[in-house]
Amino acid sequence: MKRCDLAIIGAGPAGMAAAAEAAKQGLSVTLLDEQNRPGGQIYRDVDRAGGLRGAILGQEYLHGATLTAGLGGAGITHLSGAVVWAIEDGFRISFTRHGRAGQVDADRIVLATGALERPMPVPGWTLPGVMTAGAAQILLKQSGVLPRRAVLAGSGPLLYLIAAQMVRAGTPPLALVETQTAASPLAAARHLPGALRGWRYLAKGLKMLAEIKRAGVPRYTGATEIAVAGTTGAEAVTFRSKGQAHSIACDTVLLHHGVVPNTQAARSINVPHVWSEAQQCFVPETGKWGETGRDGVLIAGDGAGISGAMAAEYAGRIAALKTAEELGRITAQERDRLAAPLFSHRSRETAVRPFLDAAYPPYAGAVRPADSTIVCRCEEVTAGDIRSYARLGCLGPNQAKAFGRAGMGPCQGRYCGLTVTALLAEASGQTPDATGYYRIRPPIKPVTLGELAAMDDPAATAAE
Amino acid sequence: MKTDSPFLELADDAPRVRVWFDGLPLDLPAGANLAAALLAAGVQVFRHTPVSGAPRAPFCMMGACFECLVETGGRVQQACMLEVEEDMKIARPHEAEAGNETL
Repeated sequence: MKRCDLAIIGAGPAGMAAAAEAAKQGLSVTLLDEQNRPGGQIYRDVDRAGGLRGAILGQEYLHGATLTAGLGGAGITHLSGAVVWAIEDGFRISFTRHGRAGQVDADRIVLATGALERPMPVPGWTLPGVMTAGAAQILLKQSGVLPRRAVLAGSGPLLYLIAAQMVRAGTPPLALVETQTAASPLAAARHLPGALRGWRYLAKGLKMLAEIKRAGVPRYTGATEIAVAGTTGAEAVTFRSKGQAHSIACDTVLLHHGVVPNTQAARSINVPHVWSEAQQCFVPETGKWGETGRDGVLIAGDGAGISGAMAAEYAGRIAALKTAEELGRITAQERDRLAAPLFSHRSRETAVRPFLDAAYPPYAGAVRPADSTIVCRCEEVTAGDIRSYARLGCLGPNQAKAFGRAGMGPCQGRYCGLTVTALLAEASGQTPDATGYYRIRPPIKPVTLGELAAMDDPAATAAE
Repeated sequence: MKTDSPFLELADDAPRVRVWFDGLPLDLPAGANLAAALLAAGVQVFRHTPVSGAPRAPFCMMGACFECLVETGGRVQQACMLEVEEDMKIARPHEAEAGNETL
Protein backbone atom coordinates (compact mmCIF):
# COMPACT_ATOMS: atom_id res chain seq x y z
CA MET A 1 0.00 0.00 0.00
CA LYS A 2 1.32 3.34 -1.04
CA ARG A 3 1.01 6.17 1.47
CA CYS A 4 1.34 9.89 0.80
CA ASP A 5 0.70 13.16 2.59
CA LEU A 6 -1.83 14.44 0.10
CA ALA A 7 -4.02 12.78 -2.51
CA ILE A 8 -5.48 15.09 -5.13
CA ILE A 9 -8.34 13.91 -7.30
CA GLY A 10 -8.48 15.60 -10.68
CA ALA A 11 -5.68 17.01 -12.84
CA GLY A 12 -7.38 20.15 -14.11
CA PRO A 13 -6.19 23.64 -13.16
CA ALA A 14 -7.04 23.29 -9.46
CA GLY A 15 -5.55 19.82 -9.07
CA MET A 16 -2.38 20.55 -11.04
CA ALA A 17 -1.75 23.81 -9.18
CA ALA A 18 -2.42 22.16 -5.83
CA ALA A 19 0.01 19.34 -6.65
CA ALA A 20 2.81 21.71 -7.65
CA GLU A 21 2.35 23.97 -4.61
CA ALA A 22 2.08 21.09 -2.16
CA ALA A 23 5.20 19.42 -3.52
CA LYS A 24 7.02 22.74 -3.32
CA GLN A 25 6.16 22.88 0.39
CA GLY A 26 7.61 19.42 0.91
CA LEU A 27 4.51 17.22 0.81
CA SER A 28 4.42 13.88 -0.94
CA VAL A 29 1.56 14.09 -3.42
CA THR A 30 -0.40 11.54 -5.39
CA LEU A 31 -2.41 13.11 -8.19
CA LEU A 32 -5.13 10.83 -9.54
CA ASP A 33 -6.85 11.66 -12.80
CA GLU A 34 -9.14 9.75 -15.14
CA GLN A 35 -7.60 11.06 -18.32
CA ASN A 36 -4.42 9.70 -19.82
CA ARG A 37 -2.90 13.16 -20.03
CA PRO A 38 -3.17 16.08 -17.60
CA GLY A 39 -5.16 19.27 -18.17
CA GLY A 40 -8.67 18.49 -17.06
CA GLN A 41 -11.40 19.43 -19.51
CA ILE A 42 -10.45 23.09 -19.82
CA TYR A 43 -6.84 22.31 -20.80
CA ARG A 44 -7.61 18.87 -22.18
CA ASP A 45 -4.54 17.28 -23.75
CA VAL A 46 -2.84 20.69 -23.95
CA ASP A 47 0.68 19.27 -24.24
CA ARG A 48 -0.25 17.44 -27.43
CA ALA A 49 -3.02 19.62 -28.89
CA GLY A 50 -1.49 22.99 -28.05
CA GLY A 51 1.08 22.67 -30.80
CA LEU A 52 -1.40 21.33 -33.35
CA ARG A 53 -4.35 23.67 -32.81
CA GLY A 54 -3.14 26.51 -30.60
CA ALA A 55 -4.22 29.18 -33.10
CA ILE A 56 -7.83 27.94 -33.05
CA LEU A 57 -8.01 27.29 -29.31
CA GLY A 58 -6.41 30.55 -28.18
CA GLN A 59 -3.92 31.80 -25.61
CA GLU A 60 -6.07 30.96 -22.61
CA TYR A 61 -6.01 27.29 -23.54
CA LEU A 62 -2.24 27.31 -24.08
CA HIS A 63 -1.79 28.68 -20.55
CA GLY A 64 -2.57 25.16 -19.33
CA ALA A 65 0.90 24.04 -20.43
CA THR A 66 2.41 26.10 -17.59
CA LEU A 67 0.48 23.87 -15.18
CA THR A 68 1.27 20.51 -16.79
CA ALA A 69 4.93 21.55 -16.71
CA GLY A 70 4.69 21.74 -12.91
CA LEU A 71 3.85 18.06 -12.52
CA GLY A 72 7.29 16.69 -13.32
CA GLY A 73 8.92 17.72 -10.06
CA ALA A 74 10.00 15.50 -7.18
CA GLY A 75 7.29 14.66 -4.70
CA ILE A 76 4.48 14.29 -7.24
CA THR A 77 3.23 10.89 -8.35
CA HIS A 78 0.81 11.50 -11.20
CA LEU A 79 -1.44 8.47 -11.72
CA SER A 80 -2.98 9.19 -15.12
CA GLY A 81 -5.85 7.08 -16.37
CA ALA A 82 -6.86 6.37 -12.76
CA VAL A 83 -10.61 6.22 -12.25
CA VAL A 84 -11.40 6.76 -8.56
CA TRP A 85 -14.38 4.75 -7.38
CA ALA A 86 -14.22 4.93 -3.59
CA ILE A 87 -12.87 7.19 -0.85
CA GLU A 88 -12.87 5.75 2.64
CA ASP A 89 -11.92 7.07 6.05
CA GLY A 90 -8.30 7.14 6.81
CA PHE A 91 -8.10 8.19 3.92
CA ARG A 92 -7.99 5.27 1.54
CA ILE A 93 -8.67 5.90 -2.12
CA SER A 94 -9.58 3.05 -4.44
CA PHE A 95 -9.26 3.36 -8.17
CA THR A 96 -8.99 1.43 -11.41
CA ARG A 97 -6.05 1.96 -13.70
CA HIS A 98 -5.25 0.06 -16.88
CA GLY A 99 -7.75 -2.63 -15.99
CA ARG A 100 -6.47 -3.20 -12.45
CA ALA A 101 -7.67 -1.82 -9.14
CA GLY A 102 -5.26 -0.04 -6.86
CA GLN A 103 -5.33 1.85 -3.60
CA VAL A 104 -3.48 4.76 -2.12
CA ASP A 105 -3.58 6.05 1.46
CA ALA A 106 -3.30 9.74 2.24
CA ASP A 107 -3.43 12.00 5.30
CA ARG A 108 -5.25 14.73 3.41
CA ILE A 109 -7.43 14.95 0.32
CA VAL A 110 -7.99 17.78 -2.12
CA LEU A 111 -10.96 17.16 -4.38
CA ALA A 112 -10.44 18.96 -7.68
CA THR A 113 -13.17 17.25 -9.65
CA GLY A 114 -14.26 20.31 -11.60
CA ALA A 115 -17.56 20.88 -13.29
CA LEU A 116 -20.21 19.10 -15.31
CA GLU A 117 -22.52 20.64 -17.87
CA ARG A 118 -25.78 21.67 -16.25
CA PRO A 119 -28.31 19.10 -17.47
CA MET A 120 -30.40 20.62 -20.30
CA PRO A 121 -33.36 18.31 -20.79
CA VAL A 122 -35.27 19.47 -23.86
CA PRO A 123 -37.38 17.27 -26.15
CA GLY A 124 -35.02 15.17 -28.29
CA TRP A 125 -31.89 15.75 -26.19
CA THR A 126 -31.16 12.03 -26.05
CA LEU A 127 -30.89 11.70 -29.86
CA PRO A 128 -27.53 10.89 -31.42
CA GLY A 129 -26.09 14.16 -32.71
CA VAL A 130 -27.09 16.07 -29.59
CA MET A 131 -24.12 16.78 -27.34
CA THR A 132 -23.08 19.29 -24.75
CA ALA A 133 -21.13 22.34 -25.93
CA GLY A 134 -18.40 21.10 -23.60
CA ALA A 135 -18.29 17.83 -25.55
CA ALA A 136 -17.74 19.78 -28.78
CA GLN A 137 -14.90 21.63 -27.08
CA ILE A 138 -13.33 18.37 -26.00
CA LEU A 139 -13.67 16.94 -29.53
CA LEU A 140 -11.95 20.00 -30.94
CA LYS A 141 -9.22 20.24 -28.31
CA GLN A 142 -8.20 16.63 -28.04
CA SER A 143 -9.08 15.26 -31.45
CA GLY A 144 -9.37 18.14 -33.92
CA VAL A 145 -12.91 17.00 -34.70
CA LEU A 146 -15.66 19.56 -35.40
CA PRO A 147 -19.33 19.29 -36.32
CA ARG A 148 -19.94 20.49 -39.91
CA ARG A 149 -23.58 21.56 -39.52
CA ALA A 150 -24.23 22.48 -35.89
CA VAL A 151 -26.68 24.65 -34.03
CA LEU A 152 -25.64 25.92 -30.59
CA ALA A 153 -28.51 26.30 -28.14
CA GLY A 154 -28.76 27.61 -24.59
CA SER A 155 -26.94 30.41 -22.84
CA GLY A 156 -23.58 31.45 -21.50
CA PRO A 157 -20.11 32.50 -22.57
CA LEU A 158 -19.04 28.93 -23.44
CA LEU A 159 -21.42 29.06 -26.42
CA TYR A 160 -19.57 32.13 -27.72
CA LEU A 161 -16.19 30.48 -27.16
CA ILE A 162 -17.02 27.31 -29.06
CA ALA A 163 -18.74 29.34 -31.81
CA ALA A 164 -15.65 31.55 -32.18
CA GLN A 165 -13.37 28.52 -32.25
CA MET A 166 -15.56 26.91 -34.93
CA VAL A 167 -15.35 30.10 -36.98
CA ARG A 168 -11.55 30.06 -36.69
CA ALA A 169 -11.48 26.40 -37.72
CA GLY A 170 -13.51 27.16 -40.87
CA THR A 171 -16.78 25.48 -39.85
CA PRO A 172 -18.95 28.20 -38.31
CA PRO A 173 -22.12 27.02 -36.57
CA LEU A 174 -25.38 27.38 -38.51
CA ALA A 175 -26.92 29.45 -35.73
CA LEU A 176 -26.73 30.49 -32.09
CA VAL A 177 -30.06 29.98 -30.35
CA GLU A 178 -29.83 31.81 -27.03
CA THR A 179 -32.33 31.58 -24.22
CA GLN A 180 -31.47 34.64 -22.18
CA THR A 181 -34.07 37.40 -22.45
CA ALA A 182 -33.89 41.18 -22.46
CA ALA A 183 -34.57 41.04 -18.71
CA SER A 184 -31.37 39.08 -18.04
CA PRO A 185 -28.93 41.90 -18.96
CA LEU A 186 -31.01 44.27 -16.83
CA ALA A 187 -30.79 41.94 -13.87
CA ALA A 188 -27.08 41.64 -14.54
CA ALA A 189 -26.45 45.37 -14.84
CA ARG A 190 -26.31 45.90 -11.09
CA HIS A 191 -23.34 43.53 -11.00
CA LEU A 192 -21.47 45.48 -13.68
CA PRO A 193 -19.42 47.71 -11.34
CA GLY A 194 -18.08 44.59 -9.65
CA ALA A 195 -17.60 42.84 -12.97
CA LEU A 196 -15.43 45.68 -14.28
CA ARG A 197 -12.68 44.38 -11.99
CA GLY A 198 -12.74 41.40 -14.29
CA TRP A 199 -12.88 43.55 -17.42
CA ARG A 200 -10.60 41.24 -19.37
CA TYR A 201 -13.36 38.63 -19.38
CA LEU A 202 -15.94 41.15 -20.58
CA ALA A 203 -13.56 42.37 -23.29
CA LYS A 204 -12.92 38.80 -24.36
CA GLY A 205 -16.67 38.13 -24.56
CA LEU A 206 -17.24 41.16 -26.75
CA LYS A 207 -14.35 40.18 -29.00
CA MET A 208 -15.79 36.69 -29.46
CA LEU A 209 -19.24 38.10 -30.24
CA ALA A 210 -17.70 40.36 -32.87
CA GLU A 211 -15.90 37.37 -34.38
CA ILE A 212 -19.16 35.41 -34.54
CA LYS A 213 -21.03 38.35 -36.09
CA ARG A 214 -18.31 38.92 -38.72
CA ALA A 215 -18.67 35.30 -39.78
CA GLY A 216 -22.37 35.92 -40.40
CA VAL A 217 -23.63 33.40 -37.83
CA PRO A 218 -27.32 34.17 -37.12
CA ARG A 219 -28.16 34.79 -33.45
CA TYR A 220 -31.58 34.33 -31.93
CA THR A 221 -32.23 35.46 -28.35
CA GLY A 222 -35.02 34.93 -25.85
CA ALA A 223 -35.58 31.48 -27.36
CA THR A 224 -38.30 29.28 -25.84
CA GLU A 225 -39.82 25.88 -26.66
CA ILE A 226 -36.43 24.56 -27.79
CA ALA A 227 -36.65 21.02 -29.11
CA VAL A 228 -34.56 18.70 -31.24
CA ALA A 229 -36.40 16.94 -34.05
CA GLY A 230 -35.31 13.62 -35.53
CA THR A 231 -35.90 9.87 -35.39
CA THR A 232 -32.54 8.10 -35.28
CA GLY A 233 -30.53 11.29 -34.91
CA ALA A 234 -30.80 15.07 -34.72
CA GLU A 235 -32.29 16.56 -37.88
CA ALA A 236 -33.37 20.03 -36.79
CA VAL A 237 -33.70 22.42 -33.87
CA THR A 238 -37.10 24.03 -33.42
CA PHE A 239 -37.83 26.99 -31.13
CA ARG A 240 -39.68 30.27 -30.79
CA SER A 241 -37.96 33.62 -30.70
CA LYS A 242 -39.60 37.07 -30.70
CA GLY A 243 -43.01 35.54 -31.37
CA GLN A 244 -41.83 33.57 -34.41
CA ALA A 245 -41.54 29.81 -34.76
CA HIS A 246 -38.23 28.65 -36.24
CA SER A 247 -36.81 25.38 -37.48
CA ILE A 248 -33.15 25.04 -38.43
CA ALA A 249 -32.05 21.84 -40.15
CA CYS A 250 -28.73 20.51 -38.82
CA ASP A 251 -26.79 17.33 -38.02
CA THR A 252 -25.45 18.31 -34.61
CA VAL A 253 -26.99 20.22 -31.71
CA LEU A 254 -24.73 21.56 -28.98
CA LEU A 255 -26.55 22.29 -25.72
CA HIS A 256 -25.25 24.45 -22.91
CA HIS A 257 -26.75 26.57 -20.17
CA GLY A 258 -23.95 26.78 -17.71
CA VAL A 259 -21.82 24.34 -15.79
CA VAL A 260 -22.31 23.10 -12.24
CA PRO A 261 -19.94 21.59 -9.67
CA ASN A 262 -19.24 17.89 -10.09
CA THR A 263 -20.12 16.87 -6.55
CA GLN A 264 -20.14 13.07 -6.85
CA ALA A 265 -16.89 12.42 -4.97
CA ALA A 266 -17.62 15.00 -2.25
CA ARG A 267 -21.13 13.69 -1.72
CA SER A 268 -19.89 10.12 -1.53
CA ILE A 269 -17.98 11.05 1.64
CA ASN A 270 -20.80 13.14 3.11
CA VAL A 271 -19.38 16.61 2.59
CA PRO A 272 -22.36 18.89 3.35
CA HIS A 273 -23.82 20.70 0.34
CA VAL A 274 -26.15 23.70 0.12
CA TRP A 275 -28.24 25.22 -2.64
CA SER A 276 -26.71 28.27 -4.29
CA GLU A 277 -29.44 30.64 -5.44
CA ALA A 278 -26.93 32.68 -7.48
CA GLN A 279 -25.60 29.67 -9.37
CA GLN A 280 -28.84 27.65 -9.32
CA CYS A 281 -27.14 24.44 -8.21
CA PHE A 282 -25.86 22.66 -5.14
CA VAL A 283 -22.37 23.57 -3.95
CA PRO A 284 -20.30 22.02 -1.15
CA GLU A 285 -19.98 24.17 1.95
CA THR A 286 -16.38 25.35 1.92
CA GLY A 287 -14.29 27.90 3.78
CA LYS A 288 -11.85 30.30 2.20
CA TRP A 289 -9.10 27.66 2.07
CA GLY A 290 -11.42 25.10 0.52
CA GLU A 291 -11.90 23.27 3.83
CA THR A 292 -15.15 21.33 4.18
CA GLY A 293 -17.30 19.86 6.93
CA ARG A 294 -15.11 16.75 6.70
CA ASP A 295 -11.77 17.06 8.51
CA GLY A 296 -8.87 16.65 6.14
CA VAL A 297 -10.94 17.08 2.98
CA LEU A 298 -10.55 20.25 0.97
CA ILE A 299 -12.20 21.18 -2.32
CA ALA A 300 -10.56 23.46 -4.89
CA GLY A 301 -11.75 24.80 -8.23
CA ASP A 302 -15.13 24.58 -9.91
CA GLY A 303 -16.08 21.58 -7.77
CA ALA A 304 -16.47 24.06 -4.89
CA GLY A 305 -18.68 26.44 -6.93
CA ILE A 306 -18.20 27.71 -10.47
CA SER A 307 -15.43 30.31 -10.64
CA GLY A 308 -13.50 29.46 -13.80
CA ALA A 309 -10.08 28.08 -14.63
CA MET A 310 -7.86 30.91 -13.38
CA ALA A 311 -9.65 31.10 -10.03
CA ALA A 312 -9.34 27.30 -9.81
CA GLU A 313 -5.60 27.53 -10.15
CA TYR A 314 -5.34 29.97 -7.24
CA ALA A 315 -7.78 27.90 -5.18
CA GLY A 316 -5.62 24.82 -5.75
CA ARG A 317 -2.53 26.57 -4.43
CA ILE A 318 -4.47 28.00 -1.49
CA ALA A 319 -5.72 24.53 -0.51
CA ALA A 320 -2.19 23.15 -0.82
CA LEU A 321 -0.80 25.84 1.53
CA LYS A 322 -3.51 25.09 4.07
CA THR A 323 -2.64 21.38 3.89
CA ALA A 324 1.09 22.07 4.23
CA GLU A 325 0.39 24.12 7.36
CA GLU A 326 -1.90 21.45 8.85
CA LEU A 327 0.76 18.81 8.31
CA GLY A 328 3.38 20.99 9.97
CA ARG A 329 5.50 21.78 6.91
CA ILE A 330 4.97 25.53 7.19
CA THR A 331 3.80 27.80 9.98
CA ALA A 332 0.45 29.56 9.94
CA GLN A 333 2.30 32.84 9.43
CA GLU A 334 4.15 31.43 6.45
CA ARG A 335 0.91 30.03 5.03
CA ASP A 336 -0.81 33.40 5.35
CA ARG A 337 2.11 35.27 3.81
CA LEU A 338 2.22 32.94 0.80
CA ALA A 339 -1.55 32.86 0.40
CA ALA A 340 -2.21 36.61 0.59
CA PRO A 341 -1.41 37.38 -3.07
CA LEU A 342 -3.30 34.25 -4.15
CA PHE A 343 -6.47 35.37 -2.36
CA SER A 344 -6.19 38.75 -4.02
CA HIS A 345 -5.71 37.24 -7.49
CA ARG A 346 -8.58 34.86 -6.95
CA SER A 347 -10.88 37.66 -5.90
CA ARG A 348 -10.08 39.54 -9.12
CA GLU A 349 -10.72 36.43 -11.22
CA THR A 350 -14.13 35.81 -9.65
CA ALA A 351 -15.30 39.44 -9.83
CA VAL A 352 -17.08 38.87 -13.13
CA ARG A 353 -19.01 35.83 -11.87
CA PRO A 354 -22.13 37.49 -10.35
CA PHE A 355 -22.59 39.42 -13.61
CA LEU A 356 -22.31 36.26 -15.72
CA ASP A 357 -24.63 34.28 -13.42
CA ALA A 358 -27.29 36.98 -13.74
CA ALA A 359 -26.80 37.69 -17.46
CA TYR A 360 -26.96 34.02 -18.50
CA PRO A 361 -29.45 32.29 -16.21
CA PRO A 362 -30.36 28.64 -16.86
CA TYR A 363 -33.01 28.07 -19.52
CA ALA A 364 -36.33 27.87 -17.63
CA GLY A 365 -37.74 25.37 -20.14
CA ALA A 366 -35.00 22.89 -19.19
CA VAL A 367 -34.98 23.57 -15.46
CA ARG A 368 -38.60 22.43 -15.28
CA PRO A 369 -39.13 20.49 -18.49
CA ALA A 370 -42.44 19.59 -20.12
CA ASP A 371 -44.00 16.30 -19.00
CA SER A 372 -42.99 14.29 -22.06
CA THR A 373 -39.30 15.24 -21.86
CA ILE A 374 -36.87 12.58 -20.66
CA VAL A 375 -34.96 13.84 -17.61
CA CYS A 376 -33.11 10.66 -16.55
CA ARG A 377 -31.37 9.65 -19.77
CA CYS A 378 -30.12 6.30 -18.46
CA GLU A 379 -33.44 4.95 -17.25
CA GLU A 380 -35.60 7.01 -19.64
CA VAL A 381 -37.70 8.61 -16.91
CA THR A 382 -39.66 11.68 -18.01
CA ALA A 383 -40.46 14.91 -16.18
CA GLY A 384 -44.09 13.77 -16.17
CA ASP A 385 -43.05 10.54 -14.44
CA ILE A 386 -41.29 12.52 -11.70
CA ARG A 387 -44.33 14.77 -11.26
CA SER A 388 -46.57 11.72 -11.00
CA TYR A 389 -44.30 10.27 -8.28
CA ALA A 390 -44.71 13.56 -6.40
CA ARG A 391 -48.48 13.27 -6.67
CA LEU A 392 -48.22 9.76 -5.22
CA GLY A 393 -46.37 11.15 -2.21
CA CYS A 394 -42.75 10.95 -3.29
CA LEU A 395 -40.94 13.57 -1.21
CA GLY A 396 -37.35 13.44 -2.39
CA PRO A 397 -34.92 12.25 -5.04
CA ASN A 398 -34.02 9.07 -3.16
CA GLN A 399 -37.63 7.98 -3.05
CA ALA A 400 -37.87 8.78 -6.76
CA LYS A 401 -35.34 6.01 -7.31
CA ALA A 402 -37.72 3.51 -5.77
CA PHE A 403 -40.67 4.85 -7.75
CA GLY A 404 -39.05 4.59 -11.16
CA ARG A 405 -35.28 4.10 -11.11
CA ALA A 406 -34.51 7.77 -11.80
CA GLY A 407 -30.81 8.31 -11.14
CA MET A 408 -30.03 4.59 -10.90
CA GLY A 409 -28.43 4.11 -14.32
CA PRO A 410 -24.72 4.13 -15.11
CA CYS A 411 -24.33 7.94 -14.89
CA GLN A 412 -25.51 7.73 -11.28
CA GLY A 413 -27.64 10.85 -11.51
CA ARG A 414 -24.95 13.13 -12.86
CA TYR A 415 -27.25 14.35 -15.65
CA CYS A 416 -30.63 14.22 -13.92
CA GLY A 417 -30.00 14.97 -10.24
CA LEU A 418 -30.56 18.72 -10.40
CA THR A 419 -33.66 18.34 -12.58
CA VAL A 420 -35.23 15.75 -10.30
CA THR A 421 -34.62 17.96 -7.26
CA ALA A 422 -36.12 20.97 -9.09
CA LEU A 423 -39.23 19.05 -10.18
CA LEU A 424 -39.88 17.58 -6.72
CA ALA A 425 -39.23 20.94 -5.04
CA GLU A 426 -41.73 22.60 -7.36
CA ALA A 427 -44.34 19.93 -6.67
CA SER A 428 -43.95 20.06 -2.89
CA GLY A 429 -43.39 23.81 -2.60
CA GLN A 430 -40.23 23.10 -0.63
CA THR A 431 -36.78 24.55 -1.14
CA PRO A 432 -34.10 22.58 -3.00
CA ASP A 433 -32.25 22.22 0.33
CA ALA A 434 -35.30 20.70 2.01
CA THR A 435 -35.93 18.49 -1.02
CA GLY A 436 -32.34 17.25 -1.04
CA TYR A 437 -30.32 15.36 -3.60
CA TYR A 438 -29.52 11.77 -4.49
CA ARG A 439 -27.49 9.95 -1.86
CA ILE A 440 -24.24 9.20 -3.69
CA ARG A 441 -22.59 5.94 -2.65
CA PRO A 442 -19.42 4.22 -3.79
CA PRO A 443 -18.51 2.85 -6.22
CA ILE A 444 -18.85 6.28 -7.84
CA LYS A 445 -17.58 4.82 -11.12
CA PRO A 446 -18.11 1.24 -12.32
CA VAL A 447 -15.55 -1.34 -11.27
CA THR A 448 -15.48 -4.93 -12.49
CA LEU A 449 -15.03 -8.05 -10.35
CA GLY A 450 -11.87 -8.81 -12.30
CA GLU A 451 -10.43 -5.41 -11.43
CA LEU A 452 -11.35 -5.91 -7.76
CA ALA A 453 -9.84 -9.38 -7.67
CA ALA A 454 -6.59 -8.02 -9.11
CA MET A 455 -6.32 -5.56 -6.22
CA ASP A 456 -5.54 -8.25 -3.65
CA ASP A 457 -2.48 -9.25 -5.61
CA PRO A 458 0.30 -6.94 -4.39
CA ALA A 459 2.20 -7.44 -7.62
CA ALA A 460 -0.78 -6.14 -9.53
CA THR A 461 -1.42 -3.05 -7.44
CA ALA A 462 -1.37 -0.28 -9.96
CA ALA A 463 -0.08 2.30 -7.54
CA GLU A 464 3.19 0.63 -6.69
CA MET B 1 -18.18 6.43 -45.08
CA LYS B 2 -15.89 9.30 -44.17
CA THR B 3 -17.48 11.85 -46.51
CA ASP B 4 -20.87 11.14 -44.95
CA SER B 5 -19.68 12.06 -41.50
CA PRO B 6 -21.37 15.03 -39.84
CA PHE B 7 -17.93 15.77 -38.39
CA LEU B 8 -14.89 17.38 -39.95
CA GLU B 9 -11.46 16.11 -38.98
CA LEU B 10 -8.66 18.66 -39.01
CA ALA B 11 -5.48 17.36 -40.63
CA ASP B 12 -3.60 15.01 -38.36
CA ASP B 13 -0.49 13.07 -39.23
CA ALA B 14 -1.19 10.16 -36.89
CA PRO B 15 -0.86 6.83 -38.71
CA ARG B 16 -4.16 5.04 -39.35
CA VAL B 17 -4.85 1.60 -38.01
CA ARG B 18 -7.59 -0.86 -38.91
CA VAL B 19 -10.34 -1.41 -36.34
CA TRP B 20 -13.74 -3.07 -36.64
CA PHE B 21 -17.02 -1.50 -35.56
CA ASP B 22 -19.99 -3.83 -35.72
CA GLY B 23 -18.08 -5.91 -38.25
CA LEU B 24 -17.26 -2.96 -40.52
CA PRO B 25 -13.61 -2.08 -41.13
CA LEU B 26 -12.57 1.47 -40.22
CA ASP B 27 -9.15 3.11 -40.44
CA LEU B 28 -8.78 5.40 -37.46
CA PRO B 29 -5.85 7.48 -36.17
CA ALA B 30 -3.74 5.36 -33.81
CA GLY B 31 -3.95 6.62 -30.23
CA ALA B 32 -6.91 8.90 -30.92
CA ASN B 33 -9.85 9.16 -28.56
CA LEU B 34 -12.04 6.25 -29.67
CA ALA B 35 -15.38 8.06 -29.41
CA ALA B 36 -14.07 11.05 -31.37
CA ALA B 37 -12.52 8.83 -34.02
CA LEU B 38 -15.73 6.83 -34.47
CA LEU B 39 -17.78 10.03 -34.80
CA ALA B 40 -15.33 11.40 -37.36
CA ALA B 41 -15.54 8.13 -39.27
CA GLY B 42 -19.30 8.56 -39.57
CA VAL B 43 -20.54 6.23 -36.82
CA GLN B 44 -23.73 7.86 -35.60
CA VAL B 45 -25.34 5.27 -33.33
CA PHE B 46 -23.04 3.80 -30.68
CA ARG B 47 -25.62 1.70 -28.86
CA HIS B 48 -29.30 1.18 -28.18
CA THR B 49 -30.71 1.62 -24.69
CA PRO B 50 -31.66 -1.45 -22.66
CA VAL B 51 -34.92 0.25 -21.64
CA SER B 52 -36.56 1.20 -24.97
CA GLY B 53 -33.98 0.37 -27.61
CA ALA B 54 -33.54 4.07 -28.43
CA PRO B 55 -30.35 4.99 -30.30
CA ARG B 56 -27.62 6.82 -28.39
CA ALA B 57 -24.25 8.38 -29.14
CA PRO B 58 -21.57 10.37 -27.28
CA PHE B 59 -23.03 13.23 -25.24
CA CYS B 60 -20.47 14.56 -22.73
CA MET B 61 -17.11 13.23 -24.03
CA MET B 62 -15.70 13.35 -20.49
CA GLY B 63 -16.59 10.05 -18.93
CA ALA B 64 -19.65 11.26 -17.02
CA CYS B 65 -22.77 10.40 -19.06
CA PHE B 66 -22.07 6.78 -20.13
CA GLU B 67 -23.92 7.31 -23.43
CA CYS B 68 -20.95 6.22 -25.58
CA LEU B 69 -20.79 2.70 -24.12
CA VAL B 70 -19.44 0.12 -26.56
CA GLU B 71 -18.30 -3.44 -26.16
CA THR B 72 -14.62 -4.08 -26.71
CA GLY B 73 -12.11 -6.44 -25.19
CA GLY B 74 -14.97 -8.47 -23.75
CA ARG B 75 -16.23 -5.55 -21.67
CA VAL B 76 -18.73 -2.73 -21.98
CA GLN B 77 -16.68 0.45 -21.76
CA GLN B 78 -16.97 4.18 -22.39
CA ALA B 79 -15.60 4.87 -25.87
CA CYS B 80 -14.65 8.43 -24.82
CA MET B 81 -12.27 6.98 -22.20
CA LEU B 82 -10.47 4.65 -24.64
CA GLU B 83 -7.80 5.15 -27.25
CA VAL B 84 -7.73 3.65 -30.74
CA GLU B 85 -5.59 0.52 -30.94
CA GLU B 86 -4.82 -1.60 -33.95
CA ASP B 87 -7.29 -4.43 -34.63
CA MET B 88 -9.76 -3.32 -31.95
CA LYS B 89 -13.07 -5.15 -32.30
CA ILE B 90 -15.86 -2.84 -31.23
CA ALA B 91 -19.52 -3.75 -31.03
CA ARG B 92 -22.71 -2.12 -29.90
CA PRO B 93 -23.29 -3.53 -26.38
CA HIS B 94 -26.05 -5.94 -25.50
CA GLU B 95 -27.57 -5.80 -28.99
CA ALA B 96 -28.79 -9.38 -28.77
CA GLU B 97 -30.53 -8.98 -25.40
CA ALA B 98 -32.08 -5.60 -26.18
CA GLY B 99 -34.05 -7.12 -29.05
CA ASN B 100 -35.44 -9.89 -26.83
CA GLU B 101 -36.37 -7.74 -23.89
CA THR B 102 -40.05 -7.39 -23.17
CA LEU B 103 -41.27 -4.37 -21.31
